[in-house]
Amino acid sequence: MIDGRSVTVEAGATVAAALLNDGVTAFRTSVAGEPRGPLCAMGVCFECRVKIDGVPHRRACLEPCVPGQRIETGG
Amino acid sequence: MAERIETDVAVVGAGPAGVAAACRAAECGARVVLVDENPRPGGQIWRHGAAAAIPAAARAWLARLQRSGARLVMGAAVVDAAPEAWLLVEQGGHCLRIEARQLVLATGARELFLPFPGWTLPNVMGVGAAQALLKSGVSFRGREVVVAGSGPLLLPVAAALAAAGARLRLVAEQAPAADVRRFAAGLWRQPGKLALAARYRAGFLRTPYRTGVWIAAARGDGRLQQVTLTDGRATWSMACDLLCCAHGLVPNLELPRLLRCGLAQGAVAVDEQQRTSLAAVYCAGEPTGVGGVERALVEGEIAGLAAADQPAEAGLRARRARLRRFAAALRAAFRPRDELRRLADPRTLVCRCEDVALSRLQPGWGMRQAKLVTRTGMGPCQGRICGPALEFLFGWEPDTVRPPLKPVALSILGEEP
Repeated sequence: MIDGRSVTVEAGATVAAALLNDGVTAFRTSVAGEPRGPLCAMGVCFECRVKIDGVPHRRACLEPCVPGQRIETGG
Repeated sequence: MAERIETDVAVVGAGPAGVAAACRAAECGARVVLVDENPRPGGQIWRHGAAAAIPAAARAWLARLQRSGARLVMGAAVVDAAPEAWLLVEQGGHCLRIEARQLVLATGARELFLPFPGWTLPNVMGVGAAQALLKSGVSFRGREVVVAGSGPLLLPVAAALAAAGARLRLVAEQAPAADVRRFAAGLWRQPGKLALAARYRAGFLRTPYRTGVWIAAARGDGRLQQVTLTDGRATWSMACDLLCCAHGLVPNLELPRLLRCGLAQGAVAVDEQQRTSLAAVYCAGEPTGVGGVERALVEGEIAGLAAADQPAEAGLRARRARLRRFAAALRAAFRPRDELRRLADPRTLVCRCEDVALSRLQPGWGMRQAKLVTRTGMGPCQGRICGPALEFLFGWEPDTVRPPLKPVALSILGEEP
């Protein structure tokens, strides 16, 4: 579930892949209110942070998708 | 519950160097623990998963790792360490303390991101980043893509994007044509590398590959719509919806610096056995000087053998010497040009975590003062993106590294055994 929408992904996809393939470009909102998406895709830059199953600040590029996962963007 | 693991050799980083070190040490009979932040071993270059196959050599190393008896601790970030030696690791919300006789640091490298107007827009990302996303299942089919930056990585990523159905508009290498030509001419001793470069180039033949061209700006409303490029004389814009831009690699030195390993020329200094200035700490691969997968493997093998008290074969040492010369030539040919220091305008954000604009920084400061006055480098990435950029822009030395190395819940530190 991405922001309440149900999506299907290939086995082994990361959360970042699920979001990008679903057309999401703004993963989070910066401290000054700008939209941000993945920069490094390797766990370094922290730009792809999203809330996963209620836990904030998870790096979407490192998290594997699992069935029933709830992802919230824009935090 | 916190767990304590005792081992002979703890290896940090499961890319080629770490995998080679873990294999060789474990095959000598040492107890080995291999720690990595990613869910699977392989590092960035051997990243595999949803949509990615890896070369036969990589598969062979990963199969060898499985057989070696080394214990894999994946999805685990090192948050603290001491050279005595131990590691404190966060895995799945829990704390692990790994006590070892020897540490092998194989922390790899990250991309160098230099700020330019618009670089914070969504759909502006790294070159290796696009590769990593492709491998993790992202579809770039039909996307209008510009690849701009520096280094040999541009070629395989451009080829992979073209093969994945992206509409590749331009591949721009910032290094001058003469430097790239001289480097390519020096490759005659390594026909395998020339053939590989030719094969990658053949993968995007309909797209121009231009040297001496670099990014000037990116524009868009909420996301990327247009990029501006320059060759120093002419400046032009192109429509695109994905910009892959990075200026080579910088080694991940946070853990070596936390441990206070001696450094030389921006890399960890090591002896013939890959031992750092600390008796129980070895280092292999990109942190000793960015140099690619083959050099990382050889250094990893030597470090793993040394950590298990075994001498390295003469053949390994000879290969290391040859690959180090190649790495030095590569770094010289693709070093970022001076003009890249002047891309950012006063409003361009330099620190993306804390949204600090260039105009708020004074070149005469250092990283410490920038932190204190503006919070530059104090967000979640802890200066990993803006630090190398500011080192390039202003010559600022990195500030002292302190634990935790990665943001971590206090409850996890409180759990420490």
